[in-house]
Amino acid sequence: MNENLFASFITPTMMGLPIVVLIIMFPGMLFPSTTRLINNRLVSIQQWLIRMTTKQMMSIHNKKGQTWALMLMSLIMFIGSTNLLGLLPHSFTPTTQLSMNLGMAIPLWAGTVILGFRHKTKASLAHFLPQGTPLPLIPMLVIIETISLFIQPMALAVRLTANITAGHLLIHLIGGATLALMSISMTTAFITFVILVLLTVLEFAVALIQAYVFTLLVSLYLHDNA
Amino acid sequence: MEVPLKEKRLMEVKLGELPSWIMMRDFTPKGIAGAFQRGYHRYYNKYINVKKGGVAGVSMVLAAYVFFNYCRSYKELKHERRRKYH
Repeated sequence: MNENLFASFITPTMMGLPIVVLIIMFPGMLFPSTTRLINNRLVSIQQWLIRMTTKQMMSIHNKKGQTWALMLMSLIMFIGSTNLLGLLPHSFTPTTQLSMNLGMAIPLWAGTVILGFRHKTKASLAHFLPQGTPLPLIPMLVIIETISLFIQPMALAVRLTANITAGHLLIHLIGGATLALMSISMTTAFITFVILVLLTVLEFAVALIQAYVFTLLVSLYLHDNA
Repeated sequence: MEVPLKEKRLMEVKLGELPSWIMMRDFTPKGIAGAFQRGYHRYYNKYINVKKGGVAGVSMVLAAYVFFNYCRSYKELKHERRRKYH
């Protein structure tokens, strides 16, 4: 059972070809473009959702920060749709791979930091020292703030990976337990099944929330620095 | 009016002419990309680009995705069938 448990997290290759590329590009196919003024019903729903999210997330930024709207909106749509598609049976979720999440987190975080350094050099350096610290504590505090700055991209990536992977593993385990319990005692199996249903509902929420959190944090780092 | 074999549609090709019709199709990368584009637009315009599209159009795509992943991982799933002795 141990080998089966992690088999769904292996990067899919078919006859040596990395079809993981196709799987990563698949959610893009599910968002048709809005070509006309009044579109069909599905595209109008999608348009309304994206507009609502954009207004919610980009209202806190100044003019300069709002140029990041396209990037942040594509980010939340990509992570949300990839996580939700991973809840379908037998599918592979690219966001369970740490490599991909690091690839998303590090460039975005580095972009916000470099932006802050270039445009507001004094203010972004001043972040390293909170106001009102007693004089002897200053060297140690600068070191601590530097460490906390550099841990931001790692935390972003690991948070997303760990949450999604843990959720998938729990579903596998509890589903396997329900199946095994069916031949032993129906009542216990039923209780386990109810737990499985609740867990699946939680996973739907987690899928969306993780996307939101990732984007929100990047947007927060942007707000500090631009 | 006689349509040349190269330009006949699949349903109009006679059974004896089928192998030669298949050989005449365009298998260059541009041709294959064109085939994918045509297929995508056929599906999109029939099921999604309608005034009152519903859940059926999207769920057919998702069902095909689930089936594709099932085929991809069949080799590992073979061992998990319900049997008395594994």
